[in-house]
This record gives sequence, structure tokens and C-alpha cells, in this order.
Amino acid sequence: MTKALISVTGLDATGIIAKVATKLSEMNINILDITQTILGGYFTMMMVVDLDGAHMEFAAIDEALQPIREEMKMSIHMQRMDIFDAMHRI
Amino acid sequence: MIETGEILQTMRMIQEENFDIRTITLGINLLDCSDPDGEKCGQRVYDKICRVAKDLVKTGEAIEREFSIPIVNKRISVTPVSLICQADPRPIARWLDKAAAEMGINFLGGYSALMHKGATLADERLLASIPEVMATTERLCSSVNVGSTRAGINMNAVREMGEIIKKTAELTADRDSLGCAKLVVFANAVEDNPFMAGAFCGVGEPECAINVGVSGPGVVKKALEQVKGQPFDVVAETIKRTAFKITRVGQLVAREASQRLNIPFGIVDLSLAPTPARGDSVAHILTEMGLEMAGAPGTTAALALLNDAVKKGGVMASNHVGGLSGAFIPVSEDIGMIEAAACGALTLEKLEAMTCVCSVGLDMIAIPGDTTAAAISGIIADEAAIGMVNNKTTAVRVIPAAGKKAGDTVEFGGLLGYAPVMPVNTYNNADFIARGGRIPAPLHSLRN
Repeated sequence: MTKALISVTGLDATGIIAKVATKLSEMNINILDITQTILGGYFTMMMVVDLDGAHMEFAAIDEALQPIREEMKMSIHMQRMDIFDAMHRI
Repeated sequence: MIETGEILQTMRMIQEENFDIRTITLGINLLDCSDPDGEKCGQRVYDKICRVAKDLVKTGEAIEREFSIPIVNKRISVTPVSLICQADPRPIARWLDKAAAEMGINFLGGYSALMHKGATLADERLLASIPEVMATTERLCSSVNVGSTRAGINMNAVREMGEIIKKTAELTADRDSLGCAKLVVFANAVEDNPFMAGAFCGVGEPECAINVGVSGPGVVKKALEQVKGQPFDVVAETIKRTAFKITRVGQLVAREASQRLNIPFGIVDLSLAPTPARGDSVAHILTEMGLEMAGAPGTTAALALLNDAVKKGGVMASNHVGGLSGAFIPVSEDIGMIEAAACGALTLEKLEAMTCVCSVGLDMIAIPGDTTAAAISGIIADEAAIGMVNNKTTAVRVIPAAGKKAGDTVEFGGLLGYAPVMPVNTYNNADFIARGGRIPAPLHSLRN
């Protein structure tokens, strides 16, 4: 399983989770875990997803999130989970 | 499952503490490109590098993007050129430089000669060409091994290298003698070093290999800020834990690069490589331990602890550790070292003492332009002796900045940084260097 972390931060607005989740669903990307909080008006969400269902290059998936970044004025960052596993688990 | 705190810690290391992978270096064997004709040999070398390394930069960039970890340099090291051509090696230098440009890498190492016991005719030809080649190529790096624990020190080579460094400085005088920043003199050079200027692909290496160097002095310093005033046991433990985390990422990147390029993984080099950026300094780790400046009494002990703890923490994080593996103390590439040298806290002699307990040696040190070739040879001999006797790699990369005197500044730009010109002991050693010959290997070279 190729797991990635998607972190979404920016000013809170209606429909952020829905937009991101819908886009991921369209690409057949399964969401494995979500944590989300509002810190001082700032929306902060971290999602762990499984990229294997998408059958797309990493860069293409990242690119597909670009319209949401622009529309919602959010920072959306995707990176492979392996780096966290490598650093924090033996 | 990874906890949020752990995710944030990793992100903080990368975004705020300058953690990065310093280099993915692809070692390429060129022995099969040998040809008595320099031009033909160069053409073969070019073709092979372009074939083997064609996906290096692209793959490095993809890993960078997917793991969100900066990989600052993608580089190539090759078989020492003196081993592949008996003729004039200058055409090969041109082809190598062209291949480096074509592959989109900033440095290619291996314009090298291994002459710790003596010189072949090819070694002599290569040595003679170094000043011109360093002045006329952009990306090519050169290294010469002049001593080893097993062979002793080749003092003829030491004498020649003093002169070659001087000449290289003069030929690149218009660029603050930049040529010397691409030229390093070793004792006990290692065959799988991923770091420039000393990288080359040794004869014991496979056809090609991926070697990775990590960096993260800023991360270590931040970790030490959390244990202010605590005893050294705690300091060492903190560095070990941090080095483990850093090295695990190096191992991950090395494994990914190896798989994607279908090239065997060689080693991870456990070195804390600094840059001139603030927050990326090895010197500031030392000051964090309680020294006002690098160079203050206690500096050598602090560095010894750091070097050892980095290795102990890192060695369990990777299945093959190699290269130079130790803290680097280049002056011009480390803001804390630059400041310490500029204010006089750090002297050449103190740096020499520090090289006894870390990797690698007197690195990126600007010295006055009127320093004699014999004085430079003397500095090389002293460093080689430290390496030979202590069974470790030592190196000299000094820049006798043409037209500059102690207190002036030289500017190399980029990762190479800038440096205050440090004074050199001016007492005469010409008769010592003129002797030549070989300093015999120490007794402990006879280990069998």
C-alpha cells in the first residue's frame, strides 16, 4: 500500500473537507484516517490516504488537487507516509 | 499509526531546521572506457556517463517531491581518471565536464590520482594537468591521495601538490582562486565518498552504486537547545537519537533511488554537512554545548563527542554505512566557522587539532595568496600524518587566495560560501619539503 499524508491548512470555510474528499473519491483514493481542528480561525486537517487505487503518478494526483488550492485559497500538501515511518518507527 | 506530534516534528525539521539530503551521488566505473587515445577515451567516458546517469536528476527530483525532503545535489563520481588513460588526460576532463553539464549536475568527482605509495606515469600527467583543468572546467572536481596508514606518506606527491595548489589559485585568480575549492588532497581516501570535492568511484566499487550523504546540523542544534545545562551523557544521547532519525531518511532516499534507477545501493554517509545558511552550522552545535565560539578551549572535546554520537546514532539506521561518516568542519561553508575565524577565535592550528577527532580535515580554508608552495605542502604533510597515524581519512582543501592577505574575505558563492583569509605560520620549511621520498608507514600498519 502506498500511503500519503495530505495536510490542508488555511482560513476556515464551508465545504473544505467535502471538496477534498470528493476529489480524492473521483480518483479512487481511499481515506484511511482524518484529524481536523480549527486553531484561531485556521482550518488544519491531516488525512492519511491510500494512493494505490488511483493508478496515477504521484505528481498527477498532486496536480489534480490544484483547482481546490486555488478555489478555496488553501495550502494542500501531499507527501509519502514512508518518511514518517522511517523516522519514527523501527 | 504515526502520531500527529511525530508528523509535525518531521515537518519542522525540514521546514525550519534545514534538514535535507545533501547529495545522491552515483558512482560509475569507467575502467571499461580505457583507451590509449585521450580523445577516444573521453568520448567513451561521455557516452557511458550519459547512458548510466540519464535518469539521475529526474529521479532525484521525483523523490524530493513525493517525500517532501529537499535533495540538494545530484552528483556523479567516477573511477580516478589516471587509471583509465595513459595519455594526456585533458581531453577526458573536457568530456567529463560536458557530461556533467548534459546530466544537469553541479559537480562530478574523479579527476583523481591515487599515489600514496608512488606515482605512475599517468598519475604524473594527471597531476601536471590539474591547474589548467581546474581553471578551464566548471563542474569537474579533483582529488589526489598522497598517503595512507598502510603505505605511509608520499612526500614527493606532497611537494608537488603544494605547487599545484598555488598554480591552480593563480590560474583562477579572477574568481577568488575558486579552482582550489574543487581540489582536495587526501590521506586514506575512501572509495565510496558521496561528498565533493573528494568523491571518486574506487576500484573496489561495483559497476555503479548509489551513495547518499545526509545533512542536518540545524536539527541537532535544535535538539540540544532542549537539554541546556544538562550533563554530557544527556547531550550524547540527544545527538544519537537525532542522528538516528536523520539517517533513517537518508536510508529511505537511498533505497528509493536505488530501486527506481535499478542501480545497487552503496552506502549512506553519516556526515553532518553544514551550509553557509544560518541554522545549518556544525560550529553552532559546538557553541550550543556551552562554548562562546568555535575554537574556544573545549572545542576539540565537543567535536569528538558530536562526531562519535552521530556515528552511534546513525549506524543502526542504515544497513550500509560508509563514505567519510563524521562531522564536517569546512570554514567557508559554515556560518559559525566563518564568524569564529573572522574574529580570531578559530585558528588554523586549532582546526588542525579538530581534524584529529572528526572527518575530514582542513576544509575550505582561505589562506594568504603569498603563502609559499612549501608551506602548503607542510600543511598537507601535517594533515596526512594525522590521518596516517590515526587510521582515518584526512584532507586538505585550502585556497591560497591570489592577491589577498590575512583578514581579507574571499567569496565563492552558493554552497561553497565565503571565508575570511586566515594567517599561516610563516617560518621557513623549504628544506623539509625539498627532501621528498616517502615517510614510512607506522608500526600499526602491520596488522596481519
